[in-house]
Amino acid sequence: MKLTWFAASLLILITLFAIFGPLLSSHSYYETNLSLKNSPPSQEFWFGTDELGRDMFTRLAWGARISLFVGIASGCGDLVIGVLWGGIAALSTPKIDNLLMRIADILYAIPYLLTVILLMVVMGSGLFPIILALTLTGWIGMARIVRGEFLQLKEQDCILATISLGASRSRILFHHLIPNTLGTIIVTVTLTIPVAIFSEAFLSFLGLGVQAPMASWGTMANDGLPALRYYPWRLFFPALFISITMLSFNLLGEGLHHAFDPKSRR
Amino acid sequence: MKRYFLGRILSNIIAIWVIITITFFLMKGLPGDPFTEEKALPPEILQSLYEHYKLNDPWYIQYGNYLKSIAKWDLGPSFKYKSRTVNDIINKGFPVSALLGLEALLLAVTFGLTLGTIAALKKNKWQDISAHLLSVLGISVPSFILAAFLQYLFAIKLDLLPVARWGTFQQSLLPALSLAALPSAFITRLTRNHLIEALNQDYIKTARSKGIGEVQIIIRHALRNSLLPTITYVGTLTANILTGSFVIEKIFGIPGLGQAFVNSIANRDYTVIMGLTVFYSVILLSLILLVDLAYGWMDPRIRLGRAPS
Repeated sequence: MKLTWFAASLLILITLFAIFGPLLSSHSYYETNLSLKNSPPSQEFWFGTDELGRDMFTRLAWGARISLFVGIASGCGDLVIGVLWGGIAALSTPKIDNLLMRIADILYAIPYLLTVILLMVVMGSGLFPIILALTLTGWIGMARIVRGEFLQLKEQDCILATISLGASRSRILFHHLIPNTLGTIIVTVTLTIPVAIFSEAFLSFLGLGVQAPMASWGTMANDGLPALRYYPWRLFFPALFISITMLSFNLLGEGLHHAFDPKSRR
Repeated sequence: MKRYFLGRILSNIIAIWVIITITFFLMKGLPGDPFTEEKALPPEILQSLYEHYKLNDPWYIQYGNYLKSIAKWDLGPSFKYKSRTVNDIINKGFPVSALLGLEALLLAVTFGLTLGTIAALKKNKWQDISAHLLSVLGISVPSFILAAFLQYLFAIKLDLLPVARWGTFQQSLLPALSLAALPSAFITRLTRNHLIEALNQDYIKTARSKGIGEVQIIIRHALRNSLLPTITYVGTLTANILTGSFVIEKIFGIPGLGQAFVNSIANRDYTVIMGLTVFYSVILLSLILLVDLAYGWMDPRIRLGRAPS
């Protein structure tokens, strides 16, 4: 429980950093200063500068904006498509259910990073293609979970009672099924956000993600790697931010899972 | 059982066909062709190049030809390096990547099983909690960051292991370790949870009441049964190791298939991207299928495809 609160407060800190970080600094993320390149953390540059003398603090704050945006946007995309797909599958005839889930199974068998890379190669790099590619591959897990939960709930007596009272389909969906699955859905979204953040960093690290001069944590880690021997802070700070953010989301997701599902506590 | 096998093989073939089709049309949909980037070629030469690579044919003929050549396991030439074929690249890179992947998988299984068993036996004690924290950390720290960190610590600062390159066992240690982190975390968690469940089963009580030693009980009865669910994750774990190898091979300068894939992306070498995507998917899907079949064989409680009695 303590860990969950700790993770939540870390996430709030990172969000505040993303919102106010660029305002606190007197430098911009693209402003270069070749006479001050690769300078270590100092009073002026809190996290040092990179190979073009850009302020790492400001760039990291922009990276936080990008990472959080990618994570939350693709999490929401997964949510919408996944709940619709899984919900439709669970509530329609077995034939349609079977068809929809077969399609999901086949797509699920393809390793998602491979698909994302392929889509990025085709769509070109950038923020929007990343979110689209991650959504196109990420909804399947959500759809499966939602369908499973809906099918289980459908069999329960309370739903049977509602049907016998003459409730409409949409009423059952919005007043009974979705509220009862909300916990699972929130947990799933929380746990897909770190995957999305990881994927963005991974793609940017491969040079497929966000392009210069825009700063993403993955791009910065990629830039910092060759300089590891002499200017380790250039890799250290983006690496730290990626890891802490992913860790916090994972811990938060786990904590929420235990909170929503008391049976899982052992 | 037989029907189940056939059904699974069929659905895998469909999945591979879907992948091939998607990659084919995605690549076809790209603006330009492999020759537009190079300096303007005389139209006659361009025409003969098109003839040579059969790019003048309508798309359905090209698609049919592509399917046919894949069926014969010929993935075509590289468009950037004219003398190399995708098959060459796979033959050269895959053994390296497979070796590295196996080493990582072995490390992950050893580490994960040990840690998971300790955590389950010391449930809710400090050993369990630290194993849990370690596994959350393993899931949260991306492999490329762990790789850079290990490289910095062990190769640059402590000078214990080589920084990069490939060939000796020492050189493979750091990359294998970085690849193994995430799967170890997975296996630790799975082993812990399933072992705790297994230790509460009746047959363990029976074994205890017969006076069998605790070590025997854990190894021969509990662990054996709790291993089975872990085996189903081999597919996922291999997928993780496989995609992880893209960055790890780049960081450590390993001449494997992952690096070839990353290079083909950087060069926009479309036929290689297509070919390797198909290759990776075939490998993974067949592995998952094999694991599923092995699972049914290993766990007599599951007889696939038979109605539950």
